[in-house]
Amino acid sequence: MKLIYFAWVRDKIGHAEETLAPPANVATVGDLVAWLATVSPGHAAALADMSVVRCAVNQEYVGLSHPLATGDEVAFFPPVTGG
Amino acid sequence: MAVRVQREDFDLAAELKALTAGDHRIGGLASFVGLVRDMADLGAGAAAPVTAMTLEHYPGMTEKMLVRIEDEACRRWHLSASLIIHRYGRLEAGDQIVLVACAAPHRGDALDACHFLIDWLKTEAPFWKLEETPDGDGHWVDARDSDTAATAKWR
Repeated sequence: MKLIYFAWVRDKIGHAEETLAPPANVATVGDLVAWLATVSPGHAAALADMSVVRCAVNQEYVGLSHPLATGDEVAFFPPVTGG
Repeated sequence: MAVRVQREDFDLAAELKALTAGDHRIGGLASFVGLVRDMADLGAGAAAPVTAMTLEHYPGMTEKMLVRIEDEACRRWHLSASLIIHRYGRLEAGDQIVLVACAAPHRGDALDACHFLIDWLKTEAPFWKLEETPDGDGHWVDARDSDTAATAKWR
């Protein structure tokens, strides 16, 4: 699974992207967030408050209950501030 | 209908002229240009000087969301032409960040669609601003409730 991070989520995790193989019981975005929090203190800090983190799977906004499939591109980032 | 995400600056006059060139059914052209402000709003009336900002985006998803936003504007209003240009990378105070332009037979469609596009873009298109202060510190701009409220009124 390809994971991509932007803005302060990336700063806290320490890198912009990585490829990880979550365990089989990670079925949704919410499961993935819980598992990522065990990967490193940086991951845990970045994803500690999901009310200020948005998620996109295959470049579409999704919620925590969204199901994951092998090969998905999953991005975590703060609420957007363009314009 | 066009969307461009680019590092380089744009020539406002040339872009607007090109958007309406040759289409004499167009009676109105509305545009909005966003610029880098030299002050950051810290809330509660407080402000801090800003020398530059770096705009980050999600290549691929950003373009996809902008095309979707523009398609939605075309469904809601009768537009003859539209253009969104959004820059990324390091920009200095006074630099142009974004251009939204809508052309239509009548001004109401052009003005409303332009307003809709900039409001919607600010809360849906994946861009993030890192502001630099004169002492070289950088801080990520927080999303504003007022922007979310501005988008909500178009739902």
